[in-house]
Amino acid sequence: MSLFLEISFSAMANGLHNWLAGSISNATLVSVTEMAIAGVSLLLFLVPLCFFLGYMERKVAAFMQIRLGPNRVGPKGTLQIVADTVKLLFKEGLTPNASDKFLFNLAPIIVVVTSMLAMAPIAFAKNFQIWDINIGVLYVSAISSLAVIGILMAGWSSYNKYSLLGAMRSGAQIVSYELSVGLSLISIVILTGSLRMSDIVASQADGWWIIKGHIPVIISFVIFLIASTAEINRAPFDLAEAEQELTAGFHTEYSGMKFAMFLLAEYINLFIVSAIAATLFLGGWMPFHLGNWSFFNNVMDYIPGSLWFMGKTFLIIFIIMQFRWTFPRLRVDQLLTLEWKYLLPISMVNVIIVTMMAIFGWHL
Amino acid sequence: MGSAALILLIIVGIAFAGGGILVSKAIAKTSKNKAKGEPYECGVPTTGTSWIQFNVGYYLFALIFLIFDVELVFMYPWAVVVKSIGVVALVEIIIFMFILFMGLLYAWKKGALKWM
Repeated sequence: MSLFLEISFSAMANGLHNWLAGSISNATLVSVTEMAIAGVSLLLFLVPLCFFLGYMERKVAAFMQIRLGPNRVGPKGTLQIVADTVKLLFKEGLTPNASDKFLFNLAPIIVVVTSMLAMAPIAFAKNFQIWDINIGVLYVSAISSLAVIGILMAGWSSYNKYSLLGAMRSGAQIVSYELSVGLSLISIVILTGSLRMSDIVASQADGWWIIKGHIPVIISFVIFLIASTAEINRAPFDLAEAEQELTAGFHTEYSGMKFAMFLLAEYINLFIVSAIAATLFLGGWMPFHLGNWSFFNNVMDYIPGSLWFMGKTFLIIFIIMQFRWTFPRLRVDQLLTLEWKYLLPISMVNVIIVTMMAIFGWHL
Repeated sequence: MGSAALILLIIVGIAFAGGGILVSKAIAKTSKNKAKGEPYECGVPTTGTSWIQFNVGYYLFALIFLIFDVELVFMYPWAVVVKSIGVVALVEIIIFMFILFMGLLYAWKKGALKWM
């Protein structure tokens, strides 16, 4: 297998460590410096990622609606989103007089921090993870449900009826759909027998779960896609910020950089959800293999794992972006009916079928 | 990297969000205007308090959610070992799920899942 990217990542980390340990004698200072470098490189990954997702969102929207999309600023409009960020940076951040100022300023920070925390166990490539925690799947579902606190905080502290209604809707929606997300994650945990992300990826070396697991895993994949689209408040589940009825929902009163933080967190969450789906169902950084076709398999092996991972992630992001322009927005009662009367019973029965599959070895 | 990664991510998140907001505060032009501090409700002066009562239905769904979320927490450790324990674990989870499903049906029958 051509693992040159993975090898170069760990070689780079080791080389950096050796160089730092050689030039700085204090061990604590070495690890602090390493942490600082890791933090800066994480930001250098996340910020361009959000710029790219913003650009991609506009281009996909334009593609779906047969128009051109951004094409004036920079080559093919790629700098449009940078220009928007600069604009937001220079805008005045308003705080309503009657608002709860402390919570109002804290909310965007909490939303960004929770979405960053959920990045930790994502396996970008072999041995390339921020934290290979042994309860990875549980960690992600625990952290991602914290995001609702930031949203409720933003809605409540704004002192605006639209914000409050949007936040309440968003709270009900996120907690409801979390159940289906959890149950569809559990079905993969049952098949793998481990919550660790690297174990889950390693279990798919001989085939991705969506292929190995027959129809039950496909059902839980579809449920995961639907429910996680709702969890990250994207259309058609964007009731929390339904612009026709609630102006902008929970971030109506936010402007300038604080508003940009909500936007950034939304894109990071979109990436995380797609990355989790790619890791659990589509094999993470594992290349696509076809039975005994050794020539085909060797060609696939030549593509580095991190490219496989990013490709699968962006495929799912593309699907979720298409949802936005394909389905009309749900009403709040339809939303809760969909979860409690359809997705939850289906995923409960599905978990039992997957369990039977795992115990009796019906999967490939 | 270990659990130090958690602290790192928290620090990076706070530094990034807080730093961005502070930089924006430092370089953005500001102007004073009485109308700027009012709640944005499409230009019409707001009536009454904005911290209004909201539908009790949200609480109802939150309560049902709590029950099922506890179920989910129970299921994570079970899911890790179910393959090694085998059929016993399957029977037990079927009983467990059946009782919970009855609870869902009860809530459904009582109209707790209907949005008013």
